[in-house]
Amino acid sequence: MPYLDHAATTPMLPEAIAAVGAALGELGNASSLHGSGRRARRRVEESREQLAGSLGARPSEVVFTAGGTEADNLAVKGIYWARRDADPRRRRIIASSVEHHAVLDAVDWLATHEGADVTWLPVDAQGKVAPGYLREALAADPDSVALVTVMWANNEVGTTEPISALAALAHEFGVPLHTDAVQAVGSLPVDFAESGADALTMTGHKLGGAYGAGALLLRRDVDCVPLLHGGGQERDVRSGTLDVPGAIGLAVATSLAVERRLQLAPRIARLRDSLIDGVREIVPDVIVNGHPTDRLPGIAHLSFPGCEGDSLLMLLDARGIECSTGSACSAGVAQPSHVLIAMGASAAAARGSLRFSLGHTSTADDVAAVVDAIGPVVERARRAGLTSVAS
Amino acid sequence: MTPAAAPLKVLAAMSGGVDSAVAAGRAVDAGHDVTGVHLALSAAPQTLRHGARGCCTLEDANDARRAADVLGIPFYIWDLAERFKADVVDGFVSEYAAGRTPNPCLRCNEKIKFTAVLDRALALGFDAVVTGHHARLDDGRLRRSVDMGKDQSYVLAVLTARQLAHAQFPLGDSTKAQVRAEAAARGLAVADKPDSHDICFIADGDTRGFLAKQLGTRDGPIVDSATGDVVGSHAGSFGYTVGQRRGLNLNRPSPEGEPRYVLSIQPKTNTLVVGPGELLDADEVTAQRPLWTSGTSPSDEFDCLVQLRAHGMVTPATVRVTADEVVARLHSSQRGVAPGQALVMYDDDVVVGSATIAAARRIGVIA
Repeated sequence: MPYLDHAATTPMLPEAIAAVGAALGELGNASSLHGSGRRARRRVEESREQLAGSLGARPSEVVFTAGGTEADNLAVKGIYWARRDADPRRRRIIASSVEHHAVLDAVDWLATHEGADVTWLPVDAQGKVAPGYLREALAADPDSVALVTVMWANNEVGTTEPISALAALAHEFGVPLHTDAVQAVGSLPVDFAESGADALTMTGHKLGGAYGAGALLLRRDVDCVPLLHGGGQERDVRSGTLDVPGAIGLAVATSLAVERRLQLAPRIARLRDSLIDGVREIVPDVIVNGHPTDRLPGIAHLSFPGCEGDSLLMLLDARGIECSTGSACSAGVAQPSHVLIAMGASAAAARGSLRFSLGHTSTADDVAAVVDAIGPVVERARRAGLTSVAS
Repeated sequence: MTPAAAPLKVLAAMSGGVDSAVAAGRAVDAGHDVTGVHLALSAAPQTLRHGARGCCTLEDANDARRAADVLGIPFYIWDLAERFKADVVDGFVSEYAAGRTPNPCLRCNEKIKFTAVLDRALALGFDAVVTGHHARLDDGRLRRSVDMGKDQSYVLAVLTARQLAHAQFPLGDSTKAQVRAEAAARGLAVADKPDSHDICFIADGDTRGFLAKQLGTRDGPIVDSATGDVVGSHAGSFGYTVGQRRGLNLNRPSPEGEPRYVLSIQPKTNTLVVGPGELLDADEVTAQRPLWTSGTSPSDEFDCLVQLRAHGMVTPATVRVTADEVVARLHSSQRGVAPGQALVMYDDDVVVGSATIAAARRIGVIA
């Protein structure tokens, strides 16, 4: 079964499955003081150290969460609240216009419910944020800014953002920067300290770990108001009994993904290039979205003029090929991608797109299956596109 | 019950209700290659909290998805909100504004399920669209369901032979009770889900309130047909139906103490005319834009049964066909024939054709 949706979730690594499975059989609340508690605590702290080591962070900077969405919400809301509480003038959030909904909607919510002002940073046709726009947005009124949030790599088109440059800029004005690196970790070199970011979101299931386990890397000097109140775990920023197997699986998977990245990423990039070349040969007017070089190795985001993305998806699914339109759904209805719209695409072009994403189990056969199928599939989708449902 | 014909690639339209779920299940049992689709018809789907019935809520989409899971078929949601608004909702509003009483379900079958969806399905390589309508297809002829109480042939009567050739209605031989029992036996959670009665895009059932939001309110008089006296007022002549009695809020009883009904709606002057029920008795109905299931009318003049609204009002009639009109002389008079509704002609239980009611000749009233 050709699976080309690794950016949605990728198969768990056998080592991570074994580690999580073994840990599920072990007793102990990491906050308990007795022997079982101490053993659990030790496993969590070892995992924290292992995860920090893989990502260029200090163990004390790791806040375990139940995944990327929680980490994004914690960073965006928590840092906004803390900075605003310290100085009520700080009500502005500067965010890129291509963020994942976990950031986008958290920012929108703050604007609607917490009086936040938002400056959306534009991107160019390749999906890149220009540092000049950030400087402009900061310089306009630096004292009003609570935080900057820009993703490391885009989950739809794969374009990477210049995080170090943006973080340096933010710091010039004394503003912290959060980055959603969910798609980047394991695919690109990610070093928290080196990046200069103040907070970084990552999650396990995009790199071979289990669902529901992720982390926010949060510098010690960045105040963050918790979303979850309770037992005071995770330096009082994220209460809740620690998910010991989750932390173990996250650390094991991340360390393997980071270790293997140098071998894996070039192999995946070659497969992606052969997929793009193969499709283009059959569908010459296909449009490849995203930046030509500064991008994730595993994502090929393609627009097929005259087609509806969900027709393409359905026809490929019927042939056993699994991919995605890349954009979010509302009630199961694919919405025109805000990312492509921000990049200047028309709503029609945005709707006629597919995201193929490759990962550690991808093979040349997967690519061949797509190339074999794409001709008849696009032809059929074009015919259906003429009777367009959303004309 | 199951066709022995070669397996087809079929698209099952799944509303989230019990009928369409069982219909999809029967298509699977018949050996067809079935794909489920839920049609998203509302641009802003109501959330679970609204508790609305129909086919526009997230809950309905989830119910449809669960049914597809249980049946083991692929499932997708197709966004038809724009088409639905343009082809069904806008027409619904403008028909009411013109003083007529439209049937949006019929329009949805005509324009959405068996045009937009069917065309797209055929282009994508499907052979047919399966729905949970209670009606039978018999050699290309559209027949009433065996369950007369649930029969939906009236709202399908606008379909042409070509559309029917690509339609499957697997429920026509079953009663609603049988369908529910089968749903339970199949392990479908929608087995006990209440039927939807209301117009799906008017969640709270308040048609007049919905129309007022679209058209704005405009106060106008309610006039007694006999005396010409103003006997009440209304906030807009739209939203009333010829034959309606409830909700008129008349401030003066009729001299005889008899109930009064809406006799006619005059949108130009924003006037409702009311009067005694017997003035609603019609013996001849003129209907426009006839559509013949087989492609042509049986003859220039023929006897048949006519149905004049979605539920009930079936009567023998003699139908005369002209270029773009049919005139049905009713063998027994009918009360409350509303312009905008469909006149559907049946040969016994087989649909012959349909047309849109334009006018009714009232006995004793020369309109």
